[in-house]
Amino acid sequence: MDYMTLIQLLDSTVRLATPLLLACLAGLFSERAGIFDIGLDGKMLAAAFFSAAIAAISGSVWLGLLAGIAASLALSLLHGLASITFRGNQLISGVAINFLAAGLTVLIAQSWFQQGGRTPSLIGGARFNPITLPFADQIEPTPFIGPLYAELISGHSILVYMAFAAVPLTWWLLYRTRFGLRLRAVGENPAAVDTAGVSVIGLRYAAVCICGVLCGIAGAYLSTALQAGFIKDMSAGRGYIALAALIFAKWRPWYALWATLLFGLFGALETRPDVIEALIGIKVQGQLLGALPYVMTVIILAGFVGKAIPPRAGGEPYVKER
Amino acid sequence: MDTMPKWAEVVLVPLISLLLAAILSALVILGIGEDPVAAVKLMVTGALGSTYGWGYTLYYATNFMFTGLCVAIAFHARLFNIGGEGQAMLGGLGVALACLYIPWPHWSLALIGATAMAALFGAVWAAIPAFLQAKRGSHIVITTIMFNFIAAAVLNYILVNMMRPQGSMDPATARFPDATKLPTLHDLLAPIGINFSKAAPANISLLVAMAACIFLWVLIWRTRLGYEIRAYGHSESAAKYAGISPVKITMIAMIISGALAGMMAINNVMGEAERLVLNATEGAGFIGIAVALMGRSHPLGVFLAAILFGFLYQGGAELALWTSIPRELIVVIQALVILFTGALDNMVRMPLEKIFLSVRAARAPKPKRKPVEPAE
Repeated sequence: MDYMTLIQLLDSTVRLATPLLLACLAGLFSERAGIFDIGLDGKMLAAAFFSAAIAAISGSVWLGLLAGIAASLALSLLHGLASITFRGNQLISGVAINFLAAGLTVLIAQSWFQQGGRTPSLIGGARFNPITLPFADQIEPTPFIGPLYAELISGHSILVYMAFAAVPLTWWLLYRTRFGLRLRAVGENPAAVDTAGVSVIGLRYAAVCICGVLCGIAGAYLSTALQAGFIKDMSAGRGYIALAALIFAKWRPWYALWATLLFGLFGALETRPDVIEALIGIKVQGQLLGALPYVMTVIILAGFVGKAIPPRAGGEPYVKER
Repeated sequence: MDTMPKWAEVVLVPLISLLLAAILSALVILGIGEDPVAAVKLMVTGALGSTYGWGYTLYYATNFMFTGLCVAIAFHARLFNIGGEGQAMLGGLGVALACLYIPWPHWSLALIGATAMAALFGAVWAAIPAFLQAKRGSHIVITTIMFNFIAAAVLNYILVNMMRPQGSMDPATARFPDATKLPTLHDLLAPIGINFSKAAPANISLLVAMAACIFLWVLIWRTRLGYEIRAYGHSESAAKYAGISPVKITMIAMIISGALAGMMAINNVMGEAERLVLNATEGAGFIGIAVALMGRSHPLGVFLAAILFGFLYQGGAELALWTSIPRELIVVIQALVILFTGALDNMVRMPLEKIFLSVRAARAPKPKRKPVEPAE
């Protein structure tokens, strides 16, 4: 494998890891506050549709992004209503949200555009176009560093850079602010937070809303940057892979980056069977490679390699004692 | 803590949840510019207006009975098995192996053999997450989700690379031999003078599914094991104190659950397609969640809810055929049912409890007030 192939492979790794990273950080906020969220996939799907639809109608991708975030946020609030206010089962609520998004997006897409559950293809300003970083063209001829900078680091859409910036931001918010301390505490011991006079419900709703916003950006990335338009079920289980990455990352932001990059690499390799064959000399089936993140997550969860310990109060509704 | 009479608990709460789901579904149909009344009429004639429609309704209902029971038994042990889809896929593999590689002399023997294989494959696929939960403490919901994806990948691999007949491009097995053909409802009802549609896929698996409902009722409410499963589901610590092994109950409940999901394959793989295709389950494993929630995890409830969802499925197919409403409407209705009967259960229950409490308080005789003695 030559250097250019490697750069190309890493480039598509970054592209494929971006939605996973955003969704993974989304899940991180929610689960660190003690709200399990298996509805990441549905929220991404809803955001993907609404951002593509509004971008197609208005011609502005930024309006599309806002619409996507709003759609994802609405589903997040529904999740909050079910699991925080009415103390329902968070897992069941997540399942419902996934189906709601899978059904409604196709239904509305058919009603608005009559194209068999897809949006029209997005062109021009209705898409997030690649950004060329300064001096990319000048540096490109330089050996080694040139292609690295021009191909791998430069030339992504703004959402990619936002996703990568979200990692240190999340770390800072969680570990260096009062809000972050309280958020983590509410996922471990909500009663203690309540005793300290801080609203458990308020904190959990805040976490769920942050989760909604990040999922919204992830979904918008799918339909307006990675691809040009919405197609049915386009999230393709990415929400579940993000969930797997979250466990893999042991609910920590920097680990989340490495986990999603790893899973992104698997995704990139899936499309380049020739590279794998050149690397290890055996023909590997793409389908089996696609299942690798899931298998690895099961192994991690089983504690055979390291141990993933979820937030202690995760999944349990908080009942104030009277 | 009986705040509500039993009939309200069993009938009123699910009925109100269902009504809310129905109202919202109607609003969705209105929202996409269609007429809900006409849609319901079309669904009723399409799914229940002919023996052909009934044949499809009952065929789908058979699938959902198996997957609904699968989720229900796990719920009794307070385990959430989202893996019904993957377990049913593996069940299909079991059925395909049994039908293709064993020369059965008669369909009845083939049915018994295929059922056993389907149950075995489904049970194994559920037993691994169960073991990981019981022994290694990994969350069963996450592992069963992961196992759904792994099952799909494994099946894809096996169909494309191993079981596909030579020269075929289609990722599917060869057609099963004629000896494994299950009698349809047409064949079963013809001797007693009922002319049931010949084209509809409903078959003898329906009777197996109904038998499974009865079996599960007996198991849960009439056996020691069922008592242990329910006790474990109500309180793990109390069950442990009573000498019930959490590992044993988790394993057994999940094995039964996986076996039931796997058995769905005798209906869709052996009874209908007569070969194993990719995505043979068509999401039936997930519909089992809605069915179990709506049926309150009771076998009779699951039976009724499965028929309702069979009706919705067939009705939805008719809608997609004759109107511009896509089939995904059913997915929305399914989501709303899961939402209202599962996640938002308390939204319906809390106000109802208040009403019943106030009614009871008004009826009860007022306690006599004690004269307050002056403090010394």
